[in-house]
Amino acid sequence: MDIVETLKTLASNSGFAGFLTIDGLKNLIMIIISFFLLYLGIKRKFEPLLLVGIAFGCLLVNVSNFFSGGESSADALYHPELWDAFLDHNSEFYHSYGHIMAEGGLLDILYIGVKSGLYPSLIFLGVGAMTDFGPLLANPKSLLLGAAAQLGVFFAFFGAVCLGFTGEEAASIGIIGGADGPTAIFLTTRLAPHLLGPIAIAAYSYMALIPMIQPFFMKLLTTEKERKVVMTQNRKVSKTEKIIFPIVVAVFVILLLPSTAPLIGCLMLGNLWKECGVTERLSDTVQNALMNIVTVFLGISVGATTVGSRFINWQTVGIIVLGLTAFCFSTIGGLLVGKIMYKLSGGKINPLIGSAGVSAVPMAARVSQIEGQKANPKNFLLMHAMGPNVAGVIGSAIAAGFLLAVFK
Amino acid sequence: MNIGEAAITAVFGYAVVFAGLLILMIVLYCMGAFFKEKSFEKTEPTVLIEETKPEPIQNTEKKVAPGSAGRIKLYDVPDKEAAMIMAIVADTMKKPINELHFISIKEVK
Repeated sequence: MDIVETLKTLASNSGFAGFLTIDGLKNLIMIIISFFLLYLGIKRKFEPLLLVGIAFGCLLVNVSNFFSGGESSADALYHPELWDAFLDHNSEFYHSYGHIMAEGGLLDILYIGVKSGLYPSLIFLGVGAMTDFGPLLANPKSLLLGAAAQLGVFFAFFGAVCLGFTGEEAASIGIIGGADGPTAIFLTTRLAPHLLGPIAIAAYSYMALIPMIQPFFMKLLTTEKERKVVMTQNRKVSKTEKIIFPIVVAVFVILLLPSTAPLIGCLMLGNLWKECGVTERLSDTVQNALMNIVTVFLGISVGATTVGSRFINWQTVGIIVLGLTAFCFSTIGGLLVGKIMYKLSGGKINPLIGSAGVSAVPMAARVSQIEGQKANPKNFLLMHAMGPNVAGVIGSAIAAGFLLAVFK
Repeated sequence: MNIGEAAITAVFGYAVVFAGLLILMIVLYCMGAFFKEKSFEKTEPTVLIEETKPEPIQNTEKKVAPGSAGRIKLYDVPDKEAAMIMAIVADTMKKPINELHFISIKEVK
């Protein structure tokens, strides 16, 4: 055995040698970014359930895959070239999950759930089972705030087209403004799968940053007097109404935009299980066990799409900037309609609840509560803000359905 | 896609979201009105019962609480924490705890 030769082979096969190439340097940068994301998730508690998984997926894929010349490393956990072939109409492996299963690594196989739209839909099932639509039923006007807060989606879409992105890419970038991670992932995998990594990271990072992004606009666009408004208690919603609601919404929204069926259907089925009172076991499973399992797979497989050589480019920078713009404009849209409602109601509606129209349940509603209490310590806006907050979930699903209908 | 088309798509898309949720709002108002009417019919006799209630207790600090205001549902919240939350709410609102009706307490994760 030639010890020197063996050592040379080991050294050249090691991941450390991979860092010496241009693409390898990009992997190194991504590894550092993954450390930062891990810090944000663990230490700063920014959407930790997903961000820690995404960050670790990012770390795993960049220490295992030194992508060069269109080929992944031998032991790569995720192979971008397999997915390129999967999406290429001219490839013999076009839409061949069998090829992915046979040739792919662990993260390729987990990613099938993202590509097929399975994980976002299952997450919506859990979200539906955890959401109380009571505040929305008690005050249906909240739906208008949920609609208004989709302003950022369409503003960022327009901005992205102006910056040279294709319509499909722009739609996927715009949906970041819906502040709804599963919807963003669902739409992006259908319209611009090559942008999934940066869009998912931008969406979840900004959702986590809502307590820092929104208060500035809330103070800028509302007066002290408006922020002090104490809203009267909502009416009590009957059990029957809560049971009928998911059925009505599913029928109505899916008939309006059939492309929303996977998201709205799962959201409302989860909610029906919660409210109907005879499926507590199922409701408990989708809220906890299923939600946790899907979160594990979703986080790590989204993180896997951040291969350095593909992630680090000017497009990613554009997506990060446009994503922030989308969030800001969604907040502004909700607040402006909140102000209109304040005027029309004769000062009975606190416009701060408008910013909760960006989905991000329940963080956006908490921000409204905190800002309302800062202006008036006797102000309890949380339940009032939950109405627009859950309306935002439906609104962003409708926005995604519209964009899918236009571009698919 | 050119900028003009993008602008039209954006405005039209925003309008579709508004229209969709506006119609849903009307549906929910109709549903709410129907159920409010039904619940009013059901609750009419209870109004009479409430009228015959004894005078509210004036000095609640010294007298023993006359019972609770119903049952509460707890989701992922230990009894001790629930008791603490109810006590804080009662203290903040300056109301005796037995006069408040807590429906449920759920941990927001």
